Amino acid sequence: MTLQALFDDPGAMILATGILVGAAAALIGPFLILRRAAMLTDAISHSIVLGIVLVWLVSGAIKGPLQILGAVLTGLVTVALVEALARSGRVKDDAAIGLVFPALFAGGVLLLNLYAGDIHLDIHSVLLGEIGFVWLDTVAVAGFTVPQAVVTMAVVTLVNGLFVLALWKELKIATFDPALAQALGLAPRAVGWGLLALTSGTAVAAFDAVGAVMFIAFVIVPPAAAYLLTDRLGTMVTLGLGISVGASLSGYALALAWDVSIGGMMAAMTGVALVFALLVGPRHGLVSTALARAARARENAVRALAIHLMTHETSSERRVENVAEAMRTHLGWNAARAAATLARAEAQGHVKRDGEVLGLTASGRAMAAAVLEPWRRDLALVED
Amino acid sequence: MIALLTDYTFQTVAMGAMVLGAVAGVLGVFAVLRQQSLVGDAISHAALPGICLGFLATGSRDLGPIALGALATGGLGALSVLGLVRATRLKTDAALGAVLSLYFAVGIVLLTYIQGQPNAAQAGLEGFLFGQAAALSRADLGLMAALAAVALGLLALGWKEVKLATFDPVFARTQGLPVLALEIGLTVLIAVAVVIGLQMVGVVLMAAMLIAPAVAARAWARRLESMALLAALFGMTAGLAGALVSAAGPQLATGPLIVLAATVIVAVSLALAPERGLVAAWLRRRAQRRRLDEREVLATLLRLGRDHADPDYPAEQGMVDAYHRLGTAGALARLSDHGMVARAAHRPGEGTHWVLTPRGRATAEDDEVRP
Repeated sequence: MTLQALFDDPGAMILATGILVGAAAALIGPFLILRRAAMLTDAISHSIVLGIVLVWLVSGAIKGPLQILGAVLTGLVTVALVEALARSGRVKDDAAIGLVFPALFAGGVLLLNLYAGDIHLDIHSVLLGEIGFVWLDTVAVAGFTVPQAVVTMAVVTLVNGLFVLALWKELKIATFDPALAQALGLAPRAVGWGLLALTSGTAVAAFDAVGAVMFIAFVIVPPAAAYLLTDRLGTMVTLGLGISVGASLSGYALALAWDVSIGGMMAAMTGVALVFALLVGPRHGLVSTALARAARARENAVRALAIHLMTHETSSERRVENVAEAMRTHLGWNAARAAATLARAEAQGHVKRDGEVLGLTASGRAMAAAVLEPWRRDLALVED
Repeated sequence: MIALLTDYTFQTVAMGAMVLGAVAGVLGVFAVLRQQSLVGDAISHAALPGICLGFLATGSRDLGPIALGALATGGLGALSVLGLVRATRLKTDAALGAVLSLYFAVGIVLLTYIQGQPNAAQAGLEGFLFGQAAALSRADLGLMAALAAVALGLLALGWKEVKLATFDPVFARTQGLPVLALEIGLTVLIAVAVVIGLQMVGVVLMAAMLIAPAVAARAWARRLESMALLAALFGMTAGLAGALVSAAGPQLATGPLIVLAATVIVAVSLALAPERGLVAAWLRRRAQRRRLDEREVLATLLRLGRDHADPDYPAEQGMVDAYHRLGTAGALARLSDHGMVARAAHRPGEGTHWVLTPRGRATAEDDEVRP
């Protein structure tokens, strides 16, 4: 199969577009999430509709470099407006976002209604994208006929990748410690604006394929899923990329099988990754946190038993208190919890039976003493 | 104009827009005050799969089941945001973005699935993306009004509790109020407002209908009650204005116009409100700056008099300027108007000279003891 045959294959080109959109978005998404600016993506991806319409009204171009430039400007203006509103002290950040983007979007929709009734630039495709038709619109590149969307998205992905690689240290410090970045002269604000400019450019490039809202899914969801799986920034970016590509592949297959929106299905599959990470993430997943909580509860029960035994060890009620029955009558545990805790304490060698009476081993006494008489441990340290 | 006002379709649209403006305005007050402005955005996007499910269940475009479905998934979306923020390390912004885009994506998948079915009634379903006010029927309007009445009625019943939970949740908890339940209840009411707005403005622009009237009202009002009333008024005004302008031409969609009208109200309010307005704040700052300039000029004149051992020492204006490194003509003119300084005779060819009047000296000396 020649390369040109690949470029002529609609399925392969749709898939390539989806993968490139996912990759370009997943490169910048982690930083947006960590900077708590995820909803700026929402604002930008909606308000650049106005930019697209304005550029079209002025120049007649529906896509291409001019459109990307216009989108970058619109995106930055959006963020500047949000920041200015928030800085005026009259409006909180979130309300500022919710004021600016609907206004700009509404303006764009109205202009479309007024001037663009008969051309290809309609609201429907702006909002939802038409990834299924990307292979129709081609350009010539190095002797090959390649879909325009694939070329644009490849360039944008490359730019995003270079930005992240070249400014890795700056991005990292500016994200986690803006004050340090400022002190080191790493221009965190410039880095932030650069990131938002790339977000705007990526959004407009991805528009034709997946539209405004699904673009948000690609920017936010794969990195969010990765964030639940790892604590390292590098791993987070890589995992996000992997999740994006996986979602594009599986989403495409499912969309074909069920005859539904390809872009929608690809975006929805990133959600499956998020739910998966949410459930089984190694440290932050619901299952592992529930397991850890249960383990701590069991540990605490054994410790509570040891403390109970030590409290009454030398008293006259020893024969009444330090028996298995007392765990239910005095500690208020149910039979199952009492039995399980006693068995665990015995198995771990903290408690031994002496007929009816329960006694502490040396390790059990040490565990109880650590809570009841913490000074002994401190004294032991001094004596050592 | 009269013909327009008596037009059946226009009446329906205008009334629908005003119902939406009122209910979204009041509930938006709480969304904005609780810094959950964008929850409405998440709810409205999350309503899309519910719209499709409501349609799939009945196979018709009746607003009833569609509204029920929208309410269900919209509410579920809002709870997903709350759950994600509480149970994971994701922050509110990421949770909002993830929920709104994912539910919307599922909605689009369902929408395209429906479009693949042989059912003529599905044609108008996409109108919910941007609203289709013109397609509003009197039955739809009745449903909207009923939903609005229920939502506002429930809010009125729990007004005191919701107010306390909004401004001081910790104290509310110590008083035994179920703060989490109130939060969830309020979120559900916001979801009701979103559902009311879907037909009018669509899922994308609904966020503004909750936020804009409340932000505008906040500029004018100090009390929650007056803020809620004003927000309702602003919402209704925006709704009516949008309906009126859109009646002027067939290409003018109502939803975007309502949102733009609300944005204009916000801009005017933020600029012109008497206390919190930007113009008022600028005027206040300017008055303070001027007062400070005047006092400093007085102090300069007093010190010059002392340095020259002549209380009535006539100081040349250019010298005062030099001391202050800026033009003091305005400050001196105002001081002269207030009788604090007076012009003094000077040789021809020199600039204006000023001396302190007794009142000016008293004020300047007073400033010295109480700096």
